[in-house]
Amino acid sequence: MRVGLFIPCYVDQFYPGVAKATLELLEKHGVEVDYPLSQTCCGQPMANSGYERYGKASSELFMKNFGGFDYIVAPSGSCTLHVKDHVLPKEENAPKIYELCEFLTDVLKVKDIASTFPYKVGFHSSCHGLRGLRLAKCSERMDPEFNKPLSLLKQVKEIEMIELDRKDECCGFGGTFAVAEEAVSVTMGNDRLADHTRNGVEVLTGADMSCLMHLQGLIKRQNSPIKVMHIAEILNGNPVE
Amino acid sequence: MKTQSHAQAAAEFIKDDARTHWHDETLWHVRQKRDLSAQGIPEWETLRDTASATKDYVLSHLDELLEQFEANALANGVEVLWAKDAQEHNEHVYRILQENKVSNIVKSKSILTEECGLNHYLEDKGYDVVDTDLGERIIQFAKQAPSHIVLPAIHLKKQDIGEIFHEHIGTDEGASDPKYLTEAARQHLRKKFVEANAAITGVNFGIAETGGFVVCTNEGNADMGTHLADIHIACMGIEKLIPRATDLGVFLRLLARSATGQSITNYSSHFHKPAPGKKLYIILVDNGRTEQLGREDFKNSLKCIRCGACMNTCPIYRRSGGYSYNSTVPGPIGSILSPGKDLKKYSTLPFASTLCGSCSDVCPVKINIHEQLYKWRQVITENTDVDASKNLAMKVAGYTFGRPVLYDLAGKMARAALKITPDSLVYSSINVWGKHRNLPDVPKESFKEWYQKNRKS
Repeated sequence: MRVGLFIPCYVDQFYPGVAKATLELLEKHGVEVDYPLSQTCCGQPMANSGYERYGKASSELFMKNFGGFDYIVAPSGSCTLHVKDHVLPKEENAPKIYELCEFLTDVLKVKDIASTFPYKVGFHSSCHGLRGLRLAKCSERMDPEFNKPLSLLKQVKEIEMIELDRKDECCGFGGTFAVAEEAVSVTMGNDRLADHTRNGVEVLTGADMSCLMHLQGLIKRQNSPIKVMHIAEILNGNPVE
Repeated sequence: MKTQSHAQAAAEFIKDDARTHWHDETLWHVRQKRDLSAQGIPEWETLRDTASATKDYVLSHLDELLEQFEANALANGVEVLWAKDAQEHNEHVYRILQENKVSNIVKSKSILTEECGLNHYLEDKGYDVVDTDLGERIIQFAKQAPSHIVLPAIHLKKQDIGEIFHEHIGTDEGASDPKYLTEAARQHLRKKFVEANAAITGVNFGIAETGGFVVCTNEGNADMGTHLADIHIACMGIEKLIPRATDLGVFLRLLARSATGQSITNYSSHFHKPAPGKKLYIILVDNGRTEQLGREDFKNSLKCIRCGACMNTCPIYRRSGGYSYNSTVPGPIGSILSPGKDLKKYSTLPFASTLCGSCSDVCPVKINIHEQLYKWRQVITENTDVDASKNLAMKVAGYTFGRPVLYDLAGKMARAALKITPDSLVYSSINVWGKHRNLPDVPKESFKEWYQKNRKS
């Protein structure tokens, strides 16, 4: 099994700790991970802004870096979805990309995550992972319940998962939306944050650092005591900083 | 005239934080009612699949089904008229009113007549068109457009409505009890119903197999109007067809539940032929629908049954209000329909979304709304000159991301710059992100730098 690790550009630049946790977590569960050094960005920022055509070079580079792997794993639902929908060729022998949680549950079938985290944790369900990759049943659909990230968090010892009032509403990040529609974006973010605060969350986590960066930006500005961690860090047993 | 962008209009709306949250909570409550009622149907997802497939069939056989519908309606004694656009539609209505010497008109809710600007057209000709749906009547008094396709006055609080009624139908000043206000509206409208000699309605479903059609209301106002008046004019978009009467069950179950969480609308009224001595007209309206049908990526937006569920679920709509979209149909579905009518005017609407996808999953006919928003974005940046600076920024980003050495260097420089720049400069007014949000702390090295030092064998 040849596994290529794709670290989204903003995680590489601003959240190297999340990338390290992802690498360590995969290795801990017996995966030999290769990290191609000439990787950059999946091209989503251009595409979602309406400039898919400017993402050609990054798509070609992505394929050059990752075309030979069986599996590509990324600690981001959003980037994974973009690669799946717009970068990888729709061919049978093309590599398969997995978001980290679904790789752990569906491919590695991890049953014991071997981590302890004695905190009250709120999970932010990022939309692209939820409704794009179907990492869990969203509240709009009437299918049987399932939740891949939560099934992993439930394996963590001493963790207390907090139920939210609106369990899967968007945080308002949305890439360039965060700036282009600043007023709505910030209101949405504050509303999500209020839900976590109201319900006594100590650590806010999720599978997409981009949503978390937006929420963390609000948390820091407002001097809220809530800590933000990527799910990889909790599953890897990292301490709260 | 420069139109206000969605972002500008939304920012205006959001200035009233209390009202924004009231609006959000009110519509979220409707979404929750929808969830509860859908949860009661074990075959909900099968219903959606069936409705979606049926509408796909309709759109790919629209020509045949329209002819079948027309032939059956004609055989029923209905007069069928075709309108290629809003102007023709309005002219048909005017001619019918003239020919039948109509003086008083009542109209039940019809988004199509809003789309065609029928009220204004007829008012210019000297007619008084009385909207009989309670919400429509409220906004008609207030000289406003609907802010939502199912709940047209959802942006107004009961106190606002009390004021409007006090001014227009003489209710007590300061009175805002919904029961009192509704009763006053009932009495006011009763007189209008009795006086009316023509009733205009929309059409929820036209049935090709029978030539009949169904109008759904919660107030029974369509029935009241059509039963009392001698002339009934039904205005119908050409996409409103379903093939068979047996298909209705699927759509009626989905429509009310998706719209308001009711198991069925209070009145699902079936019309087939005019009563003896009366006249029934159906106007079939295109007004851009054929053009939309010809756009492969966007044609299935025409599957819409106008339930409004995508508005109630949309986290942006709930916090920006219907008027921020500046189009007859607001919200996610409006944002994929409107650009087809005027790409430039509606160029900001497909960007009024985080592409969260909730609209697509709530849609009873499974329109891939968020995917179409993505596709419209590509069309807009290529065919309009809306944002030259964004274009350049994206071009540069695309170039950089295609070149690893350049990317590594740019990242390093950006992090270094952020580290040495004082906060007063980092959080200056040009940094829109930083108005209410901090930037992430700058790490001492990127993951790639760390990996090269520690892991590269």
